[in-house]
Amino acid sequence: MAATRAAIGLWHRLLALLGSLLGVLAPGVSRAVDLPGDKAEALLHSYIGGGVNAYGPAVLVRKSIMDKVSLSGTYYMDAVSNASIDVVTTASKYNETRHEFGLSADYVYRDAQITLGAMTSHEPDYVANTGNIDVTQEVFGGMTTVAFGFTKASDKVGKKNSPEFSDHAHHWQYRFGLTQILTSRWLASLNFDALSDDGYLGSPYRSARVFGAFVPERNPRTRSSRAGKVKLVGDLGNFGSINFGYRYYTDTWDIKAHTAEAGWSRYFGEAWLADIFARYYTQTHANFYSDNAMTETVYVSRNRQLSTFNDIGLGGRLSYNVRRVPGRYDVKLIGTYEYTRYKFKDFTDVRTGELYGYGANLFQVYLSATY
Amino acid sequence: MTILRALACAALLGATLLAGCSVPKLEPWVKPYERERLADPIMKLSRDSLPDKHFEHVRDVREGARGATGVQGGGCGCN
Repeated sequence: MAATRAAIGLWHRLLALLGSLLGVLAPGVSRAVDLPGDKAEALLHSYIGGGVNAYGPAVLVRKSIMDKVSLSGTYYMDAVSNASIDVVTTASKYNETRHEFGLSADYVYRDAQITLGAMTSHEPDYVANTGNIDVTQEVFGGMTTVAFGFTKASDKVGKKNSPEFSDHAHHWQYRFGLTQILTSRWLASLNFDALSDDGYLGSPYRSARVFGAFVPERNPRTRSSRAGKVKLVGDLGNFGSINFGYRYYTDTWDIKAHTAEAGWSRYFGEAWLADIFARYYTQTHANFYSDNAMTETVYVSRNRQLSTFNDIGLGGRLSYNVRRVPGRYDVKLIGTYEYTRYKFKDFTDVRTGELYGYGANLFQVYLSATY
Repeated sequence: MTILRALACAALLGATLLAGCSVPKLEPWVKPYERERLADPIMKLSRDSLPDKHFEHVRDVREGARGATGVQGGGCGCN
């Protein structure tokens, strides 16, 4: 009995401590968060590199209804012509188109924003359906924003000209984010994601190499990943702004990856805004990856996405304010270019026996109108 | 296990002692009127959703790592 009373007393004290901590985080009166503004965006995108040419349009329209809910719809298309090294060495070049449709609704209540979204992506041999919920809450007088999110995706995997092949994959993603105002000139963000995959996680077309012979790849049917990222943005006064980011990634396939990025943005006059950015990425290979396996194992893959490699990207963006009437509308035209160099450490070109590498060019032309 | 139990006891003891004390109230140190520079679009962590989505997609289908970018993506059979 005495032990029960002591436990209840301890519980009350812990609740009191939690209450005082929450009081620190959310003092004073609440502020209202604004609904996302109405806007329309159109993007033409292109990626050319490693024998792959992917391009297409994307559009987004966002409109608020009675200042309570903001609805947005997106369409994204990828027309892919694939003659990558995998394809030309073990299959033949192909063309295919992917269509993606998305709908989302944002609702704002006091300092919180709730987003519900759904997306569907269709390819001739792959259908993916995704649903997500995200909640962001401003606390600490608007200096801190906490975000939680969850995404569930269900994919149906097929194979062209093989109606007997049919499989599925499920994906779960849990997100946590924190944005913090550090000073009147610096912001920081912290993101952490936990991801789980289950089902067919490879490609029915890709081959692995065992004792020099090509065989269908065999991937594990589960994967669990963790990723954490920190980002800093700082104001440089007349010299614009600067940002730095770092992400660490690890998963149960034994891939460990580091990503470092930096960028600089600056206005030139009233109408022009320029950005330059750099990114470095490096990863270790999955434990079942092999360029040419010399032992028989349950799982084996020669997917170069799972190999040891690094890539370095350098890019720039130029934004022009076409027309602006403060409080009414704002139209911007933006052009972006990035060059990325991929360098593989344990993936060879089977035609030459040399380590593989390639350069890729990414282009975007983007029109954005807020109203 | 012994170490874990010792740590749990220490945490409970610390929490109990702290609950008896008053926690100093932390005030927001950057006032709303000091956040003018932070409201500029060039200080945003993510500026344009469609271009960000394209970058995210290009990297997702070529790199082994994914996630923690703050960009909401969808699935595809692109890799």
